[in-house]
Amino acid sequence: MVSQERPSTPVQVPVPRVEAGPVCTPGEEEPVIEVRGLNAWYGGFRAVKDITLTVPRRRITAIIGPSGSGKSTLIRCLNRMHELVPGTRVEGEVLFEGQDIYAPGVDPVEVRSRIGMVFQKPNPFPKSIFENVAFGLRINGYRGDLREAVERSLRAAALWDEVKDKLGQNALRLSGGQQQRLCIARAIAVEPEVVLMDEPCSALDPIATLKIEDLMRELSQRYTIVIVTHNMQQAARVSDYTAVLMMDDDRAGYLVEFGPTREVFTNPRDHRTEAYITGRIG
Amino acid sequence: MTRTLLQQELTEVQEEMMVMAEMVASAIERSIRALKERDVELARQIIADDLKVNDKRYAIEERCLEIIATQQPMASDLRTIISVLYIIVDLERMGDHAEGIAKLAILLADEPPLKPYIDIPRMAQVSIGMLRDAVEAFRRRDPQMARAVSDRDDEVDALYDQVYRELLTFMLQDPRTIQRATWLTWVAHNLERIADRATNICERVVYLVEGRIQEMNVSKY
Repeated sequence: MVSQERPSTPVQVPVPRVEAGPVCTPGEEEPVIEVRGLNAWYGGFRAVKDITLTVPRRRITAIIGPSGSGKSTLIRCLNRMHELVPGTRVEGEVLFEGQDIYAPGVDPVEVRSRIGMVFQKPNPFPKSIFENVAFGLRINGYRGDLREAVERSLRAAALWDEVKDKLGQNALRLSGGQQQRLCIARAIAVEPEVVLMDEPCSALDPIATLKIEDLMRELSQRYTIVIVTHNMQQAARVSDYTAVLMMDDDRAGYLVEFGPTREVFTNPRDHRTEAYITGRIG
Repeated sequence: MTRTLLQQELTEVQEEMMVMAEMVASAIERSIRALKERDVELARQIIADDLKVNDKRYAIEERCLEIIATQQPMASDLRTIISVLYIIVDLERMGDHAEGIAKLAILLADEPPLKPYIDIPRMAQVSIGMLRDAVEAFRRRDPQMARAVSDRDDEVDALYDQVYRELLTFMLQDPRTIQRATWLTWVAHNLERIADRATNICERVVYLVEGRIQEMNVSKY
């Protein structure tokens, strides 16, 4: 008979203590945003601390981490949205194309037109589909052919074929997924260099989510994308680089690891990343 | 600690893999015994038992796929599953080599003995030891042990050289021995391949712990 004896000692499956290396940065890529020693406060509470990372051009960078680890705060610091909340402040530098966006004299509105943002919940204006996309162009005094620019943006957001016959329809009548793609069309209409996305799919169903992910890959040919996501599989599927944030004892979010997504998800350098992405913490 | 279900499934699938490894180690041991003792019944049993090894492999493979599909393992969990998937293929092939030896044992049982078996059982002993220790290195997550195990492949290769030279000498001296000597060369070759596949398991241990695929001790055969 074949021996089917079980091994005498039980199988141990420890979480390996891979020695934490230095935080790696995508050094060979051309940076578009460089964050240096960033700290952000809400009143007396520090939400993120000492974050230094580089966002590479025309790549998708995902920011992941447990709830409360400062992901949204960090992304909102990248285009000066954080300061819109009263009582907030920022320390450190965010260099965009080499220039500190927090330097005196920098116009935050100008920053936000070059670093656009898409939010968790689709937030189209209660206007027509056309006007939603044309809005940013109008306020920026766009002098070209508005119709052409709207079409170009809707095409780039993979929405044109679905809305081309109803551009005058109220945008709020679109489905959630279509509304989010409309918001992306609105964000890219003004030709930003970077598009920040704060959980852009968390209010969408799986099919709409996959469409947005496909769209992100398309857009990354022309734009730099930074995405905050709670969905680790989404970060793994869609991003080129991944930053992992954790909450410290003082509840401030800090950067644990930053590196190519394929490495972070297959062989993370830091045991905290390992514990988080394998679902042992967070 | 969260993800209790994933943890449990990972543990079980690894235990199943170790059961399979022991089935294979036993099949190799018994195939050499069938050869030495000219035990045709035992050889037939080994051939029949190989189906169980194959079934085990497919059962484990299916469980691994289920875990990937339902639990989306990441990082070391993912490397564990992938390693198990590769190792069971190596184990199944080792089982086939044991079956191959058993078939040769049946053929050789009909012929007069060529010589007392010394080096072939020694090859088997080292190869089986490598298999068991490679699996132990996996269980312990010990890449150092895995590297040491793979180094022993040199010993198997050296024994194979020796067996081959000796059998060649028989064939040159007396053409009537060619058939038997060829069959015995095949037995030795099966054992040599088993040691190579034990080395593959060692490579997986290093991958599992260190996250990099490193080819170890490339066999000259």
